[in-house]
Amino acid sequence: MTAAWAADEEPQTQNIAHNDDVVRARQQVRTLAQRCRLSLVDQTKFITAASELARNTLVYGGGGELRSGLVEREGRRGVAAVFEDSGPGIPDIDLAMTDGWTSGGGLGLGLSGARRLVDDFVLDTEVGRGTTVTIVKWAR
Amino acid sequence: MSERVPVLRIGDILLVSIQVDLEDQAVLNLQEDLADQIVTRAARGVVIDITAVEIVDSFVGRMLATIASISRLLDAETVVVGMRPAVAITLVELGLSLGGVRTALDLEKGLALLRRSASGADPR
Repeated sequence: MTAAWAADEEPQTQNIAHNDDVVRARQQVRTLAQRCRLSLVDQTKFITAASELARNTLVYGGGGELRSGLVEREGRRGVAAVFEDSGPGIPDIDLAMTDGWTSGGGLGLGLSGARRLVDDFVLDTEVGRGTTVTIVKWAR
Repeated sequence: MSERVPVLRIGDILLVSIQVDLEDQAVLNLQEDLADQIVTRAARGVVIDITAVEIVDSFVGRMLATIASISRLLDAETVVVGMRPAVAITLVELGLSLGGVRTALDLEKGLALLRRSASGADPR
């Protein structure tokens, strides 16, 4: 994590195993982004990034888990989402972060696009162990 | 079983209004339903209303571009109407500019655009 979960509440957990879990993931982070009082544009960017990553977790990671909640750093509030899978991992991170490159049937904008839409983006992956992507958007 | 988005017909135009947060399978179903109905109903135009859509990610964005391409091959024109400003900003930053998709600000302007291009290309 790039910041501590807000002290006054627990992060929420959502399993990502089916298509409709991607919808649920979007709804979960939408509620948080609104509570964090992100601007409408920032809410939209954060939810869109989360949607890309939730689909990646499902399609490339073979399913996994989303943890999301409010975070604090140096007196600022933000909303964070952590996508974790125990899938095959990403052998070449630079390649995977390139616009237009995809190992599946997608557009290749999931990871690279999601990174542009958020403030903090941390990718932690190991071949054979899995992938964890953490994103944060800070309230302005 | 995923939900299906209703496809309405007004004259030779098909109208789809997306009102709920669609899961990916429902998005794919819509693509197939529209291709089917363009042919069976001899539609010349398709209007996809996304006024109620809060986010368009790369999957939905690709669906919009794919429907536009499919309908072009089937002699129909697609217009996407009602995109929210925050959605447009996010799509461009995501890297999807949807270059091949015609847009209009609202349903009325979208229908007018289809009428104009029908009369320009095919005077009747």
